[in-house]
Amino acid sequence: MSTLDTTAPTEDLPAAGRPKPKSQGGGFARYLLVRFLLIFPTIFILVTLVFFLMRTTGDPITAAQGGRLGPEALAELRAAAGFDRPIFIQYVEYLGQIATFNFGETLTTNRPVLEVLATYGPATFELVFYSLIVAFLVGIPLGLLTAYYRDKPQDAVFRVLAIYWYAVPVFFAALILKLIFAVWLKWFPVAGRASVSAELQMQVLPNKTGFYTIDALMTGNPEVLTDVLSHAVLPAIALGLLTAGIFLRLVRTNVIGTLATDYVDAARSRGVGELRLLRKHAYRPALIPIVTVIGLQIALLLAGAVLTETTFEWKGLGFILVEFIESRDYMAVQGIVVMLAIIVAITNFVVDIIAAFIDPRVRY
Amino acid sequence: MTAASLTPAPKRRLRDRLPVVHHLRQSVGLQRGMLVAGLVLLALFIVCAVFAPLLAPYGFAQRGDAEGTFGTQQPPSAEHWFGTTVGGYDVLSRVIFGAQTAILVVIVAVVLSLFIGVALGLYAGYFGGWLDKLMVVVFDAIYAFPSLLLAIVLSIVISGGQSSLWGGVLAAGGSIVVVFIPQYFRVIRAETVRIKAEPFVESAKVLGASNSRIVFKHVFRNATRTLPLIITLNSAEAILTLAALGFVGFGIEPTAAADWGYDLNKAQSDVTSGIWWTATFPGLAIVLAVLGIMLVGESLNDLADPRLRSRRRVAQAAGEVAETSVVPGGTLAAGPGGLGGLEDGESFDEHGIEVKR
Repeated sequence: MSTLDTTAPTEDLPAAGRPKPKSQGGGFARYLLVRFLLIFPTIFILVTLVFFLMRTTGDPITAAQGGRLGPEALAELRAAAGFDRPIFIQYVEYLGQIATFNFGETLTTNRPVLEVLATYGPATFELVFYSLIVAFLVGIPLGLLTAYYRDKPQDAVFRVLAIYWYAVPVFFAALILKLIFAVWLKWFPVAGRASVSAELQMQVLPNKTGFYTIDALMTGNPEVLTDVLSHAVLPAIALGLLTAGIFLRLVRTNVIGTLATDYVDAARSRGVGELRLLRKHAYRPALIPIVTVIGLQIALLLAGAVLTETTFEWKGLGFILVEFIESRDYMAVQGIVVMLAIIVAITNFVVDIIAAFIDPRVRY
Repeated sequence: MTAASLTPAPKRRLRDRLPVVHHLRQSVGLQRGMLVAGLVLLALFIVCAVFAPLLAPYGFAQRGDAEGTFGTQQPPSAEHWFGTTVGGYDVLSRVIFGAQTAILVVIVAVVLSLFIGVALGLYAGYFGGWLDKLMVVVFDAIYAFPSLLLAIVLSIVISGGQSSLWGGVLAAGGSIVVVFIPQYFRVIRAETVRIKAEPFVESAKVLGASNSRIVFKHVFRNATRTLPLIITLNSAEAILTLAALGFVGFGIEPTAAADWGYDLNKAQSDVTSGIWWTATFPGLAIVLAVLGIMLVGESLNDLADPRLRSRRRVAQAAGEVAETSVVPGGTLAAGPGGLGGLEDGESFDEHGIEVKR
C-alpha cells in the first residue's frame, strides 16, 4: 500500500512539479531541532516552579526539622546549607547545579539524588515497561472491539468497564488484586520485586544492572527468573489496567472517526466486509494519535507508578519518594520531582519525534 | 451564532436549556441509562456529604460509645456494618463523612480553577501579546508534568505536612487547582481566539462596545460550550487526587476529618494480613463517587459530539448546538482565529477523553 502511494506519482509527474519530497527531509530535521530546543524551556519552567514553590513557606531544613530542633541549631544548619542567603542567589545556584546534573543531596542519608535515581530508577522503568505491555495487550484489542460494536449492547458493557477502570484509583485496584491473588489465593507474592534468596543470587552478579529481569537472566537460574516475573505480575496488571482503560477509549474514538471517513466508505461500497474494514483500513491510521497520546500518558504512568510501587513495596522511585515524604526529606523530594520532570520532558520529545516519523502530517 | 444574533430565534423553554435536564431529555437507550446511573450515584454522593451527621451511626473521630471502645480491626457486625479500622474508628461512619471532605475539595478545586483558568484564558485569547505566549508555554509545561507530583510539592508548601481539615482540603484543592488551570486555560483560550474573529464581535467593536463588554457579553458566553464536560472530569480528578495524596501520606488526620485516602493508607498492612474491610469500603466509596461523576460527564460528552451521535432524536435536539458552534466559511482563513485555533494541539486530554475546543 505505502509503496504504491510513493512510487506512483513519481512516474507520472515531472520532477520540477514536485518540490515537496525535497523539502520534507529538511522539514523533519528542522522539526527535530525545534522540538529538541523546546525541552529546555519546559524543564526550566518546571524547575523554577518547583524551586519557588518549595521556598515560599521556608526552606527544606526548617520544614524537616522545625519543632524538633532549637532555633539556634536550626539557624546553624540553614547557614551550613546556604539557605540563609538571598533567594535569587540560591535560585541561580540551583539552576547551575541542575545544568551540571547535580540534583542535590538527600538530607536523611546524605546521598546524591542522582545516585537514588541510579539505584531505584531501573525498578520503576521495569514496572512501567511491563504495564505498557499489559496496556497494549488489553487496551487496543478491546478498543477495536468497542469501536466495532458501537451503539450495540456489548459496547456499553465495555465502555462502562472503561469508565470503571478510570474511576478505580490504581492503589485501590492494587490493594484488591493483592488481597485476592496474593493473600487469599496465594498465586503471587504479596510484595517486593523478588524473594530474598533470588535477590541474594542477583546481588553477587559481577555486573548487575538493577533491572531484575536482566539480572535474573544473567544468573542463568530459571527459578530466579520465575521468581522475579511472578513478583511483577500483580503490579504490572494494576498499573497496566489503568493505562489500558485509556488506550481503550482512545482506540475507540479514533477508529470510529476513521470508520466514518470517505476512503472507508469507498472501501465499504466496494463490498469490503466490516471486520476487514476494521483490520485493514481503520486500524492503522487510528493508531497514530495513540502514539502521540502515549507521550502524555508517561506523566500519568509515572504518577501511577508512585502509587503502585507504594502498595507493592516495589522499590522504585515512587516507593522511595513516599519514604522521603514520610521522613520529611524535602530536599530529596525536590530532587526526585525535578528529575522526573526532566525524564517526562525527554520522553515527550522522543514520543513526538516517533509520532512525526510515523505521521508526516505532524511536522510543521 | 451569527444567524441567531441577527434574527432572534424563539427562546427555548427553561427545561430545555438547563444543561443536565436538557441532556436527559435528549438521550435515548444506552446513553440515557448511563446518564441516569451517573446521576443516581452523584445524588447518593451529595446526599452522603450533606446529611453525613444524620446518616452516619457514629462520628468520624469516635473510637467508642457508652458501652466502651469499639475495638480495633473488628470484622463487620451489627454494631459496625463495615467493621472498625486499625485506629479503632467505625469504617461506615468514616466512609460517609469522607464524602463531605471529598465534596469540599471538589468545590474548592473546581471553583478556583474555573475562575482563574477562564479569566486567564479569556485574557490571553482576547488580548494576546507576550503575556499570552508566556502563559501558553508555562501552562503547557505544567500540563505535561505528572499532576500527582505537583500536588505533592504543593501539599508540602500549603500544609507543610500537617493536616487539619482545612489544611488538607486546601492542600488537595489548591494542588488540583494548579494542575487544572492549564486545562481551562487551553480550552477557553482556543475558543476565545476563534470567537474573536467572528463577525458579531467585529460589529460589537464597530458599535463602540468596550473590551470588557465584548469579552464578557459576547466572547465568554459563547466560549462556555465545553465547560460542563471539563468540570465533571476535574471533579472526578479532584477526588482521585485527594485520595492519592492521602494514600502517599498527605492525608487529613483522622481527628480532623474523614479522608478516604488516609484510611486506605492505613489499611495497607491490614490487607497483607487478610483484613479486607478497612480497605474495601473507603476504596469503593472513591470508585462510586468518581464513577457517578464520570458517567454523567461521559454521557454529556457523547450527546454533544456529532460524530458519536447516531440516533435521529439526538441529532434533532442537538441541531441547535451545531448552529451555534459551526465556523462560518469566512473565518477559516482568518489567521489565528480560524482553523488554527480549533485544530492545533491534541484534542484529547490526559485521560484520553476527547476535549473539544
